[in-house]
Amino acid sequence: MTGYGPLVPLPVVVPLLGAALTLLLANRPRLQRAVSVAVLAVTLVVAVVLLVEAYRHGPVVVSIGGWPPPVGIVLVADQLAALMLVVSSAVTLCVLLYSIGQGRGDIGESAPVTIYHPTYLVLTAGVTNAFLAGDLFNLFVGFEILLAASFVLITLGGTEGRIRSGSTYVVVSILSSMIFLAGVGLVYAATGTLNMAQLAGRLDALPDDVRLALQLTLLLAFGIKAAVFPLSAWLPDSYPTAPAPVTAVFAGLLTKVGVYAVIRTETLLFPGGDVAGLLMVVAALTMVVGILGAVAQSDMKRLFSFTLVSHIGYMIFGVALSSVAGLSGAIFYVVHHITIQTTLFLVAGLVEARAGSTDLRRLGGLARVAPLLGILFFVPAMNLAGIPPLSGFLGKLGLLQAGVGEGGVLPWVLVAAGTATSLLTLYVASRVWNIAFWRAPQLVATDPPTRLPTLMVGATTALVALGLVLTVAAGPLFGVTTDAATDLRARTPYVRAVLPGGAP
Amino acid sequence: MNGSGATLVLVVLVGVLAGTGVTLLLERSLTRILLGVVLLGNGVNLLILLGGRSGDAPVVGTAPVDRMSDALPQAMVLTAIVITFGLTAFLLAVAYRSWYLTGNDEVQDDLEDRQVAELAARNELPARDLGGEGPDGDPEQVDPEPHLRRQHRGETP
Repeated sequence: MTGYGPLVPLPVVVPLLGAALTLLLANRPRLQRAVSVAVLAVTLVVAVVLLVEAYRHGPVVVSIGGWPPPVGIVLVADQLAALMLVVSSAVTLCVLLYSIGQGRGDIGESAPVTIYHPTYLVLTAGVTNAFLAGDLFNLFVGFEILLAASFVLITLGGTEGRIRSGSTYVVVSILSSMIFLAGVGLVYAATGTLNMAQLAGRLDALPDDVRLALQLTLLLAFGIKAAVFPLSAWLPDSYPTAPAPVTAVFAGLLTKVGVYAVIRTETLLFPGGDVAGLLMVVAALTMVVGILGAVAQSDMKRLFSFTLVSHIGYMIFGVALSSVAGLSGAIFYVVHHITIQTTLFLVAGLVEARAGSTDLRRLGGLARVAPLLGILFFVPAMNLAGIPPLSGFLGKLGLLQAGVGEGGVLPWVLVAAGTATSLLTLYVASRVWNIAFWRAPQLVATDPPTRLPTLMVGATTALVALGLVLTVAAGPLFGVTTDAATDLRARTPYVRAVLPGGAP
Repeated sequence: MNGSGATLVLVVLVGVLAGTGVTLLLERSLTRILLGVVLLGNGVNLLILLGGRSGDAPVVGTAPVDRMSDALPQAMVLTAIVITFGLTAFLLAVAYRSWYLTGNDEVQDDLEDRQVAELAARNELPARDLGGEGPDGDPEQVDPEPHLRRQHRGETP
């Protein structure tokens, strides 16, 4: 145990306390905003410190309440968790600034906007708790915290459209939670523990069929949350109607928490096994079906929801390969995709603020009337499509190389599907560019000429810049992800950090 | 070990609760879905409870340790019940709001999705990406009013 242990709970505790404080400050909007920004800034700093520490000296572990691991609850910040923390807090901070800049414009006239900041902070706490959780039940609690907050955010204002799409989202999320909970109960019944480090040993000792049943139950639950193809139909229906910053943070983070849970279960709890083939098939279908859905859309937000689903396939691809190169590529891709997808939704929000709509049938000529907006869209869109030398290209290249290195029929099919998806993403991105930005102005596109709030543009620019930093710093970042992937594959660093005396 | 606590009655009960819960979830009315969530939630909570052994209350000094029940599933079930309760309450609020706004509480279809399907049935593009330039247009020149020229050429906009 190093001296950094006490830092580990902070990313969960600080946002929760901040949520309470902002709720109390409901009548002081200025102070409320300042508190939210400060809270997320502190979280970001703590996350960076944890990442450096986890990279240098291995996982940072803290037992809550001083109870030793198999009995008490542990929070574990290994490299994967810490990296996720850094990216997620950076993104949530940018989105918060964006929403402050937006004011109450999109959220609705009669909406109780004072509830926005506390709920947003609770959502952050849920996300960080899920990343840091060292046992399955705590992971479940993390999911529930972020879900409960996301329910409030997605139905903010309670307008007819939001209630319609929100009810789908709520029902599907509750169903996936039930499956997860049943999985947790079954894992406990089979092994007598929920501590992930201890489970790693005990699950290995189970008969193969029981192990497979448990694995599939958990994967089903996480697959719904991560929007993997046959379980993804809920996402494009429910995300686009929420306010722009909410959609952005959902698209960036919530599905990635599901992907993170898939990575954890596939590496720490159930390494190897027969499920890799299934995951590869599902990954290929997610990529291709998702992007074909995007081709047909005529609304920017819906279109990006479909590319979101599609690119989840890349991450599952890397996880399914289960080699160090594949996992490393998947983790890099998660980091890249959180940033880029959030940026694109924020840009869609800017387009809506500028032109009054995100419907491609009504947009046109934006590159002329708002050149900065054009650049802010163009860079992340090309990044998403994977144009060299941007980080999207590097992430896809890493995954494709890992697939080729693996050899065999299925990995080659995945490599082909990945390449086709990348090309189709380029088609979709350039289609949006051609229609919304480059063609002649349409009827309602440009008037009235509104000025975009500086803070909104600034926050989006910061995220675009973060995407470019990922490109420039791709070398060191790949170093970190490869290190994290090696640790994940070996399993022992995690287990030894949590249970120094060996598994009882 | 004092028995796993899984009697046939409880196992069947879990099955019935989960089965009816799932059946109700497949309905369109949010009120029925809500009832489905309640039943399914109770089924899953009972399932967790079955995972630990049964026995006397797990309080130190009241019974020999090997005859105590497993406290952990009970603690988990308490947490799970609270969470299910909260989510159910929210779903109830959504159902009420939906009824308040639209007069019924049915989950509605995705309109945009249907529009895309109709376009596909008619074999049409969702939006032209060719812009307003016609054959006589100057490609360097951004055309201010393409719809007027289309009318001029006798095309429907």
